[in-house]
Amino acid sequence: MTDLVELTIAEALDGLAKKEFSAVELTQAHLKEMEKARELNAYVLETPEVALERAKKSDERRAAGKAGKMEGIPVGMKDLYCTKGVRTTACSHILDGFVPPYESTVSQKLEDEGSVMLGKTNMDEFAMGTANLTSYYGAVRNPYKDKTNPDKFLIPGGSSGGSAAAVAAGLCMAATGSDTGGSIRTPASFCGIVGCKPTYGRCSRWGMVAFASSLDQAGTMTRTVRDTAIMLEAMAGFDPKDSTSANVPVPNYEKALTGDVKGLRIGIPREYNPDKGLNADVRHVWEQTAEKLKAAGAEIVDISLPSTQYALPTYYLIAPAEASSNLARYDGVKYGLRVDGNSLDDMYTKTRTEGFGKEVKRRIMIGTCILLEGYYETCYLKAQKVRRLLCQEFAEAYKKVDVILAPAAPETAFGKDDDSTGDPLKMQLYDVFTVPSSLAGLPAVCVPAGTSEVNGLPIGLQVIGNSFQEETILRVAGAIETMSGMTIRPLRVGGK
Amino acid sequence: MSYIIKGETGDWEIVVGLEVHCEVISKAKLFSGAATAFGAEANTQVSFVDAGFPGMLPVINHECVEQAVRTGFGLNATINKKSIFARKNYYYADLPNGYQISQSDHPIISDGYIDVDLENGETRRIGIERLHLEQDAGKLMHDQHPSKTFVDLNRAGVALMEIVSRPDIRSPEEAGAYLRKLRSIVRYIGSCDGNMDEGSMRCDANVSVRRPGEPFGTRAEIKNVNSIRFVMQAIEYEAMRQVELIESGGKVVQETRKFDSVKGETKSMRSKETAIDYRYFYDPDLIPLVLDDAMIERLRKEMPELPDAKKKRFIEDYGLPAYDAGQLVAEKEIANYFEAAAKGHDAKKVANYIMGDLFAVLNKQGKSISESPVKPENLGRMVDLINDGTISSRIAKDVFAFMVEEGKTPDEIVEEKGLKQVTDTSAIEKMVDDVLAANPDKVAEYKGGKEKLLGWFVGQTMRASQGKANPAMLNELVKKKLDA
Amino acid sequence: MSIDREMVKRLGILSRLRIPEENMDEMVGELTKILGWVDQLKDVNTDNVVPMNSVVEDMQLREREDVVTDGGIRDEILANAPESMDGYFLVPKVVE
Repeated sequence: MTDLVELTIAEALDGLAKKEFSAVELTQAHLKEMEKARELNAYVLETPEVALERAKKSDERRAAGKAGKMEGIPVGMKDLYCTKGVRTTACSHILDGFVPPYESTVSQKLEDEGSVMLGKTNMDEFAMGTANLTSYYGAVRNPYKDKTNPDKFLIPGGSSGGSAAAVAAGLCMAATGSDTGGSIRTPASFCGIVGCKPTYGRCSRWGMVAFASSLDQAGTMTRTVRDTAIMLEAMAGFDPKDSTSANVPVPNYEKALTGDVKGLRIGIPREYNPDKGLNADVRHVWEQTAEKLKAAGAEIVDISLPSTQYALPTYYLIAPAEASSNLARYDGVKYGLRVDGNSLDDMYTKTRTEGFGKEVKRRIMIGTCILLEGYYETCYLKAQKVRRLLCQEFAEAYKKVDVILAPAAPETAFGKDDDSTGDPLKMQLYDVFTVPSSLAGLPAVCVPAGTSEVNGLPIGLQVIGNSFQEETILRVAGAIETMSGMTIRPLRVGGK
Repeated sequence: MSYIIKGETGDWEIVVGLEVHCEVISKAKLFSGAATAFGAEANTQVSFVDAGFPGMLPVINHECVEQAVRTGFGLNATINKKSIFARKNYYYADLPNGYQISQSDHPIISDGYIDVDLENGETRRIGIERLHLEQDAGKLMHDQHPSKTFVDLNRAGVALMEIVSRPDIRSPEEAGAYLRKLRSIVRYIGSCDGNMDEGSMRCDANVSVRRPGEPFGTRAEIKNVNSIRFVMQAIEYEAMRQVELIESGGKVVQETRKFDSVKGETKSMRSKETAIDYRYFYDPDLIPLVLDDAMIERLRKEMPELPDAKKKRFIEDYGLPAYDAGQLVAEKEIANYFEAAAKGHDAKKVANYIMGDLFAVLNKQGKSISESPVKPENLGRMVDLINDGTISSRIAKDVFAFMVEEGKTPDEIVEEKGLKQVTDTSAIEKMVDDVLAANPDKVAEYKGGKEKLLGWFVGQTMRASQGKANPAMLNELVKKKLDA
Repeated sequence: MSIDREMVKRLGILSRLRIPEENMDEMVGELTKILGWVDQLKDVNTDNVVPMNSVVEDMQLREREDVVTDGGIRDEILANAPESMDGYFLVPKVVE
């Protein structure tokens, strides 16, 4: 029998159906792997009891002929999703000990389809970060190694860094992520996995700890595009409890994976190819992939998204503004941390000052400032206007192309102690390719497309589609996956 | 006639705008499925949405939207097809999210007015700037514990309509009339129960003073006044305070003040947070509320007759004086009672009985008109009995009292108690004869010029008839016999 | 508008965060830098562009029926509270 933690979801579903192994065995194999790889710090909470109980029930359901779309599949749950009876903190000290009395829609849907939660994965505090360095529970280590410097502690990308590392290292078959400005796609690129941020409104935000409500979107992190299709179908769908959830039927995404890109028009945005700031290996993989797609019958179209350079500042106005308000509820009254004070305001201030990390506080301060009279017009409203322009440019582009192909991150995974990690402005630049589609609410999938010749680290590319065109981006991503022939597996830190 | 404060340095006019918070009548809250009923145990009508739990999202209650639109019609206002919810950000223990979902620059209702009747018979039109929907806050209890405040979130998230008037009010009386009229309108519509003492209608008053014809002065906002009388007192006090302040060389500062109903004074609520800025921005958890024409039309058609229209109709159809009509339409239940009682009867007389005897009884018994011991059809019937001569208006007093006590129909009472008016001339004549015969000395006195005794004879005879004799006939016969 | 220590103090009060004296200058610097950086949006011509609040702004806002479907879960509401008593949340005494 092959190593169970090496299987894809599709393979595992097959094996489970053929009774080659049980869900309990599959779960146990992953729990064991999690134990071995604790130094990755991918999980902030392991829930073996919950997992084994659910696995047992899964086996019973399968035996009764009631298997769901993810029946028996062990998954990691980003600590952003409220899980009933299981501590949820968004990796913030301020949510210390918070045990939600409810289950988020996304995690509920995954459970309803038979998946087995192994634990809560590490993340940047309140999903604010691109390197998973802001977690209250410490940094996550990327399971890949830089071949020029194998001992270097590489970051997995953020904010869904724990999920990405866990999926890459075989500590779960798939994990949930969330993407506000690139939080799924950046770590997917750094950890050599497939990360999909569907269209805004595609997955419910109910029960997901909010960062920036107009941008937050739940998504999938898996090892293959087929697995993404399976998982996305299980967790997507209309939710009457979320006023921004779209009442659009969920198609069978797996069916879209024909591998055929003939006749598809693939846009290459000029503005995503700056002279500076794009790693040569990333550029090379991007160009090569475009060539291969062309060879497979796709039409490569040069397009322009002229306002691209303004996406990042726009994002860094809108997201903190919304966050400053969304995070006001953490006040030491209803749940989480309280630091006593001699008055109500004193208690609020002490609790929040101690409870939030530096980056979160910084963003709250910025967001608060931007919404002040005197700044609101020139900063916040201005950003919302530019956001519309960005959307309009995408809409124009999709008149000419079916999908857009772009890098997901400007370079490969970097070291925890690299210079850039200390400078918030520099760190923000890692979002440069992911933020525009976030602002436009478009679906985008990051798929491994090659490796760096310099350090051997994975490089992901993004396929960005028009609203609710998940099928098209998955089809293209599937083709890229096949073409890249990437079979590399991470050199696990603690394991093989 | 305008309300003028005679200051030491001249005349001052007061300028008032009122912000009224009306709790919307709905079963569930504005953005959650938790109940709104009064009197529940603490925190038992709270959902995770109301308590601001992580990841919770608002979904708007359709009924609250309809109530706002109905009220908008009642305020003769523009129903905005598109409105937007915004967050008002501030920290307080009764606000679990750290923001209140409200509406800022795109309210659901704008630009309306209501006409208010003043005691001198004048009518004043008060402009309504806007009505918007927003969430109520929770309740704090400060007296349960020496060092703690208790927080109950049952009211948190209940829908409020904030109705903002234009600064068109020029006297405490107008403010009172405006509030009464507003309360009457929302009660007619059924969008708010209007009970200020229970807090389902609350009022903030913006008060400033100016020289007549000059630009507006700096205003002070008096927060949360909980009765119409107190609002009037607070305005009167505050305006006077401002005049005295200015005349003694001071300056009015824009601030929030509190009304102390015991001392009858307003006091500054020195806000610690001097830097307050609510940082309104559109709530990204919600999208614009767009009303469809069919719904607006349906609600327009379903609108009940409102006080102004009813008053007009009462004057035209029932021939009531304007003042009476105004009294009767102030409360829908009274108006309904009146119509039920007046239908097919002498409406003017019915109105008089309602505003006189019936109100007196209700007042004494502490009852509302819907609990009236006298059924409207019985009152109408009683008036018929008076008009057709079956009972005298004097006897009607007794019949009315019996109706209050026993709840029977006037016919039953007249029959049982034998209260029918005696109009038989010979029967009355006999009674007069008996009285005259029994009092020869008094007859002599009368004839001797003491004509005042006429009333005494009338009284005696009436008593002999047990009050049932037709008074006009009795009067005439007594006089005739004495003068014979 | 420039960011100074007063402004940082004000933002701290509004957002209930205490910025220690020794971090003041750093925060002033960072906010200044960020606001300077986003200032480049000035270059974008947004005349006649309507601000976009949500990418799903054209959807019809869904409305719930006026039915009581929630509440009656006091124990769960209070289960995570740092301090509660007799069915209430407790906070330091508020002096009104």
